[in-house]
Amino acid sequence: MSEHTENTALEKTQTQAPQGVEHTRERDMFIPRASIYETDDEFVVMADLPDVRPDAVDITVEENVLRIHGRVTDHRPEGYSLAYQEYEVGDYHREFSLPDKIDADRIAASMDRGVLSLTLPKLKPAHRRIEVTAGAEE
Amino acid sequence: MRYVPTNSMWGPWKGLRQIQREMDRLLGEFPLRRASAFPPVNIWTNEQGALVTAELPGVEADSLDVTATGNTLTVRGQRDLPDGEDGRRWHRRERRGGQFTRTVELPFNIDGDSVHATYRDGVLTIDMQRPEVEKPRKITVQAS
Repeated sequence: MSEHTENTALEKTQTQAPQGVEHTRERDMFIPRASIYETDDEFVVMADLPDVRPDAVDITVEENVLRIHGRVTDHRPEGYSLAYQEYEVGDYHREFSLPDKIDADRIAASMDRGVLSLTLPKLKPAHRRIEVTAGAEE
Repeated sequence: MRYVPTNSMWGPWKGLRQIQREMDRLLGEFPLRRASAFPPVNIWTNEQGALVTAELPGVEADSLDVTATGNTLTVRGQRDLPDGEDGRRWHRRERRGGQFTRTVELPFNIDGDSVHATYRDGVLTIDMQRPEVEKPRKITVQAS
């Protein structure tokens, strides 16, 4: 599985809107940190999307590109002013290229405590026995 | 830890910050304010107290331990990540796990009884008040 972005920084990494797409929300966008592993049956993608509610994640698959987009809850507390800041709040966006062998119809996604888990089952190769026929003997 | 003037966050400086960020991005560097300590925290204050938020996705709320002493707030916990079970081939491991301790200093003392912590959607929010006797009081000037 390959992807279009890298995220090896320890800090939140800022990203731009995908090409040809314009922001409709006036806020920054970040690349979520992700881990990916593969088993014999599936790929599993886990991504950190803190402050994103389960209903605020959009997962789309289009022409073998998996897109993850998470919208954060705006939680700037009222009546307070920011005194110290280590992280910025913004939506999340990341895209991965899927290998051909993914069964896109059976992708499952769940959100738990700000972590997105995606299960991408591999397509089962169709077992077909090919009869080998002996050629006519000369 | 460094306190930054509040009004530099938004308002007329926001555009400037965006330009700065864009420059940083182009130069392959990040603004210095970002810390690599885990979890990253933001601190909000007013005259009555403070609100500390931490991005801490995927932990058990039960594993979090929040303590306040004097003007310091400490968060301890554990973040468990799935590990390399047999048959798992890792392509990428960017998420961080393990035990962590984070201590932040506030610009005032904390009333220990007032500390409330909530954990939701991977964000820890700790609400705390200053001791009543230390809160600023408004003095009315009376005409003599």
